[in-house]
Amino acid sequence: MIWESWAAFWAMGGRGLFVWGSYGVLAFAVIAELVTLKRARTSALKALHEHHEH
Amino acid sequence: MARTESQSNDKFAGSWFWRYASPAAFFPLAGKLEKLCWALAAVLAAVGLYIGFFVAPTDAQQGEVYRVIFIHVPAAWMTMVIYMAMAFWAATGLVLGTRLSFMMSHALAPTGAIMAVVALVTGSLWGRPTWGTYWVWDARLTSTLILFFLYMGYMALAASFDDKKKGDRASALIALVGAINVPIIYFSVKWWNTLHQGSSVRPGSSSMAATMLTAMMIMTFAFWFYCVAAALHRLRTDIIERERNAAWLRDTLKAASQ
Repeated sequence: MIWESWAAFWAMGGRGLFVWGSYGVLAFAVIAELVTLKRARTSALKALHEHHEH
Repeated sequence: MARTESQSNDKFAGSWFWRYASPAAFFPLAGKLEKLCWALAAVLAAVGLYIGFFVAPTDAQQGEVYRVIFIHVPAAWMTMVIYMAMAFWAATGLVLGTRLSFMMSHALAPTGAIMAVVALVTGSLWGRPTWGTYWVWDARLTSTLILFFLYMGYMALAASFDDKKKGDRASALIALVGAINVPIIYFSVKWWNTLHQGSSVRPGSSSMAATMLTAMMIMTFAFWFYCVAAALHRLRTDIIERERNAAWLRDTLKAASQ
């Protein structure tokens, strides 16, 4: 391992806030997009089934 | 007789494109492609992050904060690539009048906008400890912000018409006119010597350590597959909405649920 300890890994040489903040923003964006995709699909399928029943 | 046979073969060879240009044939194919892309994105992201955080060394100048590069550069590339793809499908739709082309274009826009946000915010968080500021009106930063607004304008315009066909055409025009911004972003670090650093990756020569570059390229492919998967998912949802009355859709979904 290139890190002396896990603490050193999380600290990122004192820049942890900026590094993990960046990855956090990406994680948030990806999760938000996946949830939106899933919701849109569910409502499209629901509308389709209702349409077919009538 | 031999002649007729070869003629019919030619016909078959030419028809594959048009076959997949119809939503009925495209829908299941896109579904398979989407699954493959999600899987590749996940595997590549795991490998890329491992190399980026556990193999790539500390940067001599920037220390550890440079590790933002593994997501910042792929996001910045993807927002440009997606815009060009969006403009391509918009142009195809305008020229050929194919509905599926406009739908491709619409499916790409939200992911492109998200990539612009990720590039801007991660760049800002990287800039603070490195340049001492979250934001400057540097040429590359400003032109990327403009690209984000172009995505938002495109989506707003596409959604603002009751007649979907009018929305398709009007938004396609924004996509095309805005495409001029992409080469401006790309060449901005050469044309204006402002704050954003030049490219670390150039054909033939790179200023990065090999493992850093490897991690960044693997992450770029992960982003690429993620974006394709997300766009295909959105496209298939759009097909479900627009093809509500089509018998093929009912059959396909029934077959999939069994």
